[in-house]
Amino acid sequence: MSKKRNIKILMIIISTLFVLLMLVFPLASVLVNSFSKGLEFYFNSLKTEYFFSALGLTCIVTFITVIVNSFFGIIASYLLTRYSFAGKHILATLIDIPFSISPVIAGLAFIMMFGRLGWATPIIDTINSITGWNIKIVFAIPGVVLATIFVTFPFVSREIIPVLNAVGTDEEEAAAIMGASGFTIFRKITFPHIKWALAYGVVLCSARAIGEFGAVNALSKTRGMTFTLPLEIDALYLSGSSDSIVAAYAVSSILVLVSVILLVIRNILEYRSDRIKISVEERAEIKED
Amino acid sequence: MIKEKNKEQNNKRKKRHGSIPGFGLSMGITLTMLSMLVLIPLASILLYGLSLSPSEFFAIVCSDSVRYALRTSILCSFIAATINCVFGMIIAWTLVRYNFFHRRLIDGLIELPFALPTAVAGITLSKMYSNTGIPGKWLSAIGIDVSYTHLGIVVALIFVGIPFVVRTVQPVLQKFDYQYEEAAHILGAGRIITFIKVMLPELMPALLTGFGLAFARGMGEYGSVIYISGNSAKDHTQVVSYVIMQKLNYMDYAGATAVALVMLITSFVILMVINLIQIKQSKRTNNV
Amino acid sequence: MYIELKNVNKRFGDFQATKDISLDIEKGQLVALLGPSGSGKTTILRMIAGLEMPDSGDIVIDGKRVNDIPPVQRRVGFVFQNYALFRYMTVYDNIAFGLDIKKMDKKAIKARVSELLELTELTGLEKRYPNELSGGQRQRVAFARALAPEPGLLLLDEPFAAIDAKVRKELRQWLREMIHKVGITSIFVTHDQDEAVEVADQIIVTNNGQIEQSGTPFDIYKLPQTAFVAEFVGNPVFVKNYNCLRGFTDGDYDYYIIRPEFVEAFKSDNIHFKEIIDFSQKGIIKDIMFCGNMLQVSIDVAGQEVVTHRSMERRSISVGEEMNVIIYRVFAVSGNEVTLLENSFLKEMDLTGRNREKYLYSDDGYFAG
Repeated sequence: MSKKRNIKILMIIISTLFVLLMLVFPLASVLVNSFSKGLEFYFNSLKTEYFFSALGLTCIVTFITVIVNSFFGIIASYLLTRYSFAGKHILATLIDIPFSISPVIAGLAFIMMFGRLGWATPIIDTINSITGWNIKIVFAIPGVVLATIFVTFPFVSREIIPVLNAVGTDEEEAAAIMGASGFTIFRKITFPHIKWALAYGVVLCSARAIGEFGAVNALSKTRGMTFTLPLEIDALYLSGSSDSIVAAYAVSSILVLVSVILLVIRNILEYRSDRIKISVEERAEIKED
Repeated sequence: MIKEKNKEQNNKRKKRHGSIPGFGLSMGITLTMLSMLVLIPLASILLYGLSLSPSEFFAIVCSDSVRYALRTSILCSFIAATINCVFGMIIAWTLVRYNFFHRRLIDGLIELPFALPTAVAGITLSKMYSNTGIPGKWLSAIGIDVSYTHLGIVVALIFVGIPFVVRTVQPVLQKFDYQYEEAAHILGAGRIITFIKVMLPELMPALLTGFGLAFARGMGEYGSVIYISGNSAKDHTQVVSYVIMQKLNYMDYAGATAVALVMLITSFVILMVINLIQIKQSKRTNNV
Repeated sequence: MYIELKNVNKRFGDFQATKDISLDIEKGQLVALLGPSGSGKTTILRMIAGLEMPDSGDIVIDGKRVNDIPPVQRRVGFVFQNYALFRYMTVYDNIAFGLDIKKMDKKAIKARVSELLELTELTGLEKRYPNELSGGQRQRVAFARALAPEPGLLLLDEPFAAIDAKVRKELRQWLREMIHKVGITSIFVTHDQDEAVEVADQIIVTNNGQIEQSGTPFDIYKLPQTAFVAEFVGNPVFVKNYNCLRGFTDGDYDYYIIRPEFVEAFKSDNIHFKEIIDFSQKGIIKDIMFCGNMLQVSIDVAGQEVVTHRSMERRSISVGEEMNVIIYRVFAVSGNEVTLLENSFLKEMDLTGRNREKYLYSDDGYFAG
């Protein structure tokens, strides 16, 4: 008995130490470093034009990314769980590709498509010359948005697919028999099942979109114009003076705050969806008896 | 006649996809978005890669800097993923089996690396483990340099990889039937034998999947690694992502594409292996 | 005929779910599709509903070919195996769903739903969610939901599978009464022969994607037409070496199927059987199983094991005891053919009328003590 208890205590200590050293320390370290030159310096480094430009762009990019990927995620997961068709597994694997690809390659992909040597560049040029627009993709905001969408592409569908699989298709078939249209079925039957998973996917997608660095780094060169917050941090950090390094930490502290908030929301969502699940099962059991 | 034909087509379509309406629309949207946003851009790399002659390709891939970068990335990702398997297993076990005061806190914090921007993690880890930070100061006092060495890369990859292992092992452990352990126990197996002979084989697919995911992430990682690695060609502390980015900055598109292709192939192999493991796993559980 | 299937084929990948099936169902009937799992019965049901499309063949409902008609226009109600109640809707909203879709007037919906709630004795539960109901209540909601749009045909997929054994018995009765009260043509799928016999007006037995036999429960039970049906219903035992059974030594068959009620076992001093005791043969009791309201007795007769039921009111018996055994009749199987064979000795005695009753349904325990 006491041997079992010792193991338990040992395991808890190892886990706690690992989380503390590997995860919490870096977090604390950001905060300590960001305040190392005093409060005034901290707030001054958050008042630069560069910072506001990066903050604004990060918000815009994250917003567009979340909208696009949620739309895609809902439809793709509906497709993959509600219909049978040839090549389903291949499609599912293709959707997951961005997960296993270096973000730098995502950046490269858009450069090879829309950049100086890209095959789509002449097409864009033609459109520009006909319409008189000036669409630029690489090293401009559209490129940043595209790259961010690419790296977070499967985030929402991945959260929804298991839920839809677990729920099964009975309810939708029952509704279809009674003559409900595809949209009505989705709105009244499917959506209530996936709303928590969707919220969950949106949180993960936002977290990754806000923090995306590698892909955006390849496609964005103009500080103050096309830089997101992570790029701004990179620029400050690499400029090397001790002042700018501390400023980099100050900007980082904002992102730390955001990611901690997202983490808390994520946990609340998980807790809520778990609680609903458990209560349904428990009640079902009680009534069955 | 046309109506008849329409009916026939309608019938055929339904025959294949079941009774819930909306197949065509959702298939159309999914394929269009997937192609526009992921597949066509990726194919652009391939397209450009095909214009390279084999000798050009191999000259780039076999150059010293690329070879060393590949070796560094593979080696460090492998070590980090292995360490993560050990600690991930311990943490998942602790979270599932024991109830303690700060369990929810630990559970929530595990996903911090998913939520924290990699660049932030990168600059912080780099500072912490340099010889002016804590614990870097103490470590360098006993002769261990972490920042700007291979060790630094491993530390960064442990950071980004740990949630993958914990989050794949945890659900399997949760579903694990206590009866297995109890059955083994009644048959006279000790705790360690029970773990090795009964639990580990059950957990192996999840553990391997977690390993694969952490390894794949490590291979492609950029933001959290580049600050701590030092990026010195001489010390072989450049990772593959950094090499691609460097070539891009020098407008060496041929070089960047060639290295990217090697990485793409690696990721596909990893993805396939993970899929195979999962298919095998689901087959086994279905048979029980 | 209200429902007709003509040469219907359906294949899922390598699996042929139905092979060239044809069947007819009359209006107003309560029909059971009975068969083991994988026999194609659920596929037939889903094809009638329009949830699956046949690869070839016609499905006709009320004189109209419905192959190309979507489920809702076929006017079918469907009760799913796990009921498929909408978990995020109340009982009221579940039942009203089909009417809402039809854009029915709110007042009319309310009237129809309350009518159904009353019919299914669910009044007062309309604000509950499915997870707050018992298994039986859920089934009734599913039933009411399927009936709400006034379908011409009600389809039920294993309607009792998700309910525990005790409640199941009650619900069978309830469902049978309810369906007859509503007067709707209904088809239900089951793998349980007792359920089919108890509930249905007509039984269609399926096996390997084909229909084995179709008829009243009585016909299916008494006059099985294929080896499969004879084996599937009535708790039979199989006897290969049948030449050693007295009264059945002739004929050339593959094997015999003997049901418990075909076998009579009595003690040698039982006066009720003294006329026919000469035609009996000795058997040793191998096993006695208590089945709640009777005993199931296994007897070794000349090396063949047969099973009979014994009333609890008769004299007690014990394992190893010698009994006199008479087998009244057997199903003789050769290939897929089934022939009913009567005991040749008893046939000669011309046991008709009162005499026959006496031998076939004896209750010697009452008189012999």
